[in-house]
Amino acid sequence: MFIRARLMATAAVAAFSLSTATPIWAETPADTFIQAWTLDDMISLDPAEVFEFSASEIIGNSYEPIIGYDINDVSKIFGIVADTWTMSADGKTMSFTVKQGKKFASGNDLMADDVVFSITRAIKLDKSPAFILGQFGLTADNVDAMVKQTGDYSFDFTMDQAYAPTFLLYCLTATVSSVVDKDLVMANEVDGDFGYNWLKTNYAGSGPFVIREWRANESVVMERNDMYDGLAPVMARAIYRHIPEAATQRLLLEKGDIDVARDLLPEEIAALSTNPDVQIATGVKGTIFYLALNQKNEFLAKPEVREAMKYLVDYQAIADTIVKGKMDVHQTFLPKGFLGELDSNPYSLNVEKAKELLAAAGLPDGFTVTMDTRNTPDVTAIAQAVQQTMAQAGITIEIIPGDGGQTLEKYRARTHDIYIGNWGPDYQDPHTNATFARNPDNGDEPASKPLAWRVAWDIPEMTAKADGAVLETDGAKRAATYVELQTEHQKTSPFVIMFQETEVAALRANVKGYIIGPSFNDNTFRGVTKE
Amino acid sequence: MTDTGATQTEGRSSALPAFLWKAVKLLLTVIVTMLGLLLVTFLISHVVSVDPVLAVVGDRASKATYDKMFIEMGLDRPLYEQFWIYIQKVLSGDFGKSFLTKKYVMDDIARAFPATLELATLAIIIGTAIGVPLGIISAVKVGRPIDQFVRIIGLIGYSAPIFWLGLLGLLVFYAKLDWISGPGRIDIAYEYSITPATGMLLVDSAMQGQWEAFRNAFSHIILPASLLGYNAMAYISRMTRSFMLTELAQEYVITARVKGVPEWRIIWVHALRNAAVPLVTVIAFSYGGLLEGSVLTETVFAWPGLGLYLTNSLQVADMNAVLGGTLVIGAIFVGLNLLSDLLYSVLDPRVRRRGGKP
Repeated sequence: MFIRARLMATAAVAAFSLSTATPIWAETPADTFIQAWTLDDMISLDPAEVFEFSASEIIGNSYEPIIGYDINDVSKIFGIVADTWTMSADGKTMSFTVKQGKKFASGNDLMADDVVFSITRAIKLDKSPAFILGQFGLTADNVDAMVKQTGDYSFDFTMDQAYAPTFLLYCLTATVSSVVDKDLVMANEVDGDFGYNWLKTNYAGSGPFVIREWRANESVVMERNDMYDGLAPVMARAIYRHIPEAATQRLLLEKGDIDVARDLLPEEIAALSTNPDVQIATGVKGTIFYLALNQKNEFLAKPEVREAMKYLVDYQAIADTIVKGKMDVHQTFLPKGFLGELDSNPYSLNVEKAKELLAAAGLPDGFTVTMDTRNTPDVTAIAQAVQQTMAQAGITIEIIPGDGGQTLEKYRARTHDIYIGNWGPDYQDPHTNATFARNPDNGDEPASKPLAWRVAWDIPEMTAKADGAVLETDGAKRAATYVELQTEHQKTSPFVIMFQETEVAALRANVKGYIIGPSFNDNTFRGVTKE
Repeated sequence: MTDTGATQTEGRSSALPAFLWKAVKLLLTVIVTMLGLLLVTFLISHVVSVDPVLAVVGDRASKATYDKMFIEMGLDRPLYEQFWIYIQKVLSGDFGKSFLTKKYVMDDIARAFPATLELATLAIIIGTAIGVPLGIISAVKVGRPIDQFVRIIGLIGYSAPIFWLGLLGLLVFYAKLDWISGPGRIDIAYEYSITPATGMLLVDSAMQGQWEAFRNAFSHIILPASLLGYNAMAYISRMTRSFMLTELAQEYVITARVKGVPEWRIIWVHALRNAAVPLVTVIAFSYGGLLEGSVLTETVFAWPGLGLYLTNSLQVADMNAVLGGTLVIGAIFVGLNLLSDLLYSVLDPRVRRRGGKP
């Protein structure tokens, strides 16, 4: 053993001197686009199952959804796989035609039966994102009758109620509405699983890039899809590397071993902003950061206390320091860029006003509550800042740190006092965030548990109004309803909505055409060039 | 070791049952250790307040989807039943699938473990190759400046956070000096040129004669391996020093000196051979510790090893992955323990003789 060790040591020394002899190249290959990101949330590559940030983005660059929107103006909707659509007189059936001449990467033609298959498959598999399509009344039992092929390039989509047409169209832009290659998927079916076990780690799409390989917690390799009928990507290959540590990402970027670093912290962004080899790209994301005040707590249930707490957060100071460049002050439940958005931030730190409200609530000396806080740097830092300003009016907050699973567990069981967290929209329709303003059943075991349920906020009238908005076919009226809802919600709700996220990425200066869109499946590198 | 035919001769007939008995005892110890390990891991992971279903279906899933997965994962059954089902499966060679990666746990581990094995092996070689001589030098020159110097080097290696050392090392040797390659196991240019056989890139590339790829992989592994090796070296050198001090104070050393045996021979042959026996255990356990995977090193160097895999699984209570990983680590420790026992009998004639005589 010793002899072998000595041999290996000699070999090691020899090899080391070799490796130092020539410099290692410090630039990524010209036809390859390399990103460093945290990929540990990826569990699948199947569009019917993907619901995680990283995988959504990968699906967005490799599959085509039925409908798309302009990422600079989300209200502009257009067909991607769909060509035209018309609503029936009763407002329940949308008839679509499918663009002709599209092909999957496999060479198979993309036709209406592929689209119908993709929708019915997602409903029948019933994975996490299935509800986005299921909310139109589709179930495993009725979906074959509700979504029907009517010709080689046409199909009908029937809903259980006359929902707003935009609501349906926005849901058809989601990752779960990506079109999969029926023949290829079914060729890999085992025991009636709709090819689920195969597609989890394989690819059957028609988008600009083909997913070549996914190595869990290592990398995802994509290659240009020569069958893609849109503008062909310049990059022949796109690679994601799983680099969990932000400081490591920064080193790799500065060295030129990657083209983009995706998880840098504000101080690293600040340090890199003076580096001529690096540029910073930003894009507004739909994710909202908020405090959820549980109405089961006797103090937090008082309306004056709820409002007082909205005056006890130093929004601007936090946005300017702790989360600089990553979040903006935002105090309504719909993110900027959504139909019905309301640009209104009336609250700022006002300790005197808060004290008056607390006195009116019969709590002039304040009270003590706990706050469940996910132990990530951003959330912890915001929680500490909030703790400090709340204390100025006598509200003592005990921070209970925990990982994402632990804090969420308490929040979902509504056993918390205050929960600090974030909520990202599932699709680009405002209904996705109505979860803040609807609570159909405040009992302990309801069928659905929207965010308003998690804080035990019983609001039958607001719920009726929010649910009515989904059925409003007139876009302008619908938007007006959401504005009304937010105005009331902002004042009375037990949610202290604080910030909206901005996604930041640091890129090498020679990279052009990288786009950060409003939703994760909109982040795209199909137009990337390197100079 | 012994031929079964030997049972017929009288002299061996008593030795074989003893050997068998020893083997059975060993097997029992291994089984009980493994079972205990599994039980404790199983219980701990069920006490932790993390909902494994959430990790799979996500926060937004409907109650129906959630309930379906809850039952699919067998979480509706009582705890002892879940454990029993798991044990039965393991005994039939089925370690189950990871809920997170959706792959067979053993496939996942077969991917992650070679990365750790490669790193740990190089690290222990570096640690031993430097640690043992340093320990010997400081024992021989006890109290002298060189002894103090080695002590300080060792102290830094043992107490400086490896996370910090790693980033510092990257900054100096990768970003500034350009001597080595950055985080990751190999450059993308070589990533697909090596056909995976053992999963250890150095071994695979050497076997296939791809020396360019070998050099590249080596320039990636050398820094993390050196840092882990430095950490191991610190411990090994301290232990070597103390074992050597004990041996050098023995009467046989004085006798040898009186007989005029050269000093180098006394140190390297007489004393070291005796110190080697306990040293083997120290090195074996350092190696075992390295094979568990080092989460921080793996994070800084984006090294897809066992430590990172287990930490990720643990965080979302991915039971099958955690239990499978625990079993593998348990097996490594038991294996290394056996190996060091075996080496004992090679290095120490007394152990060998005792083992032979009932």
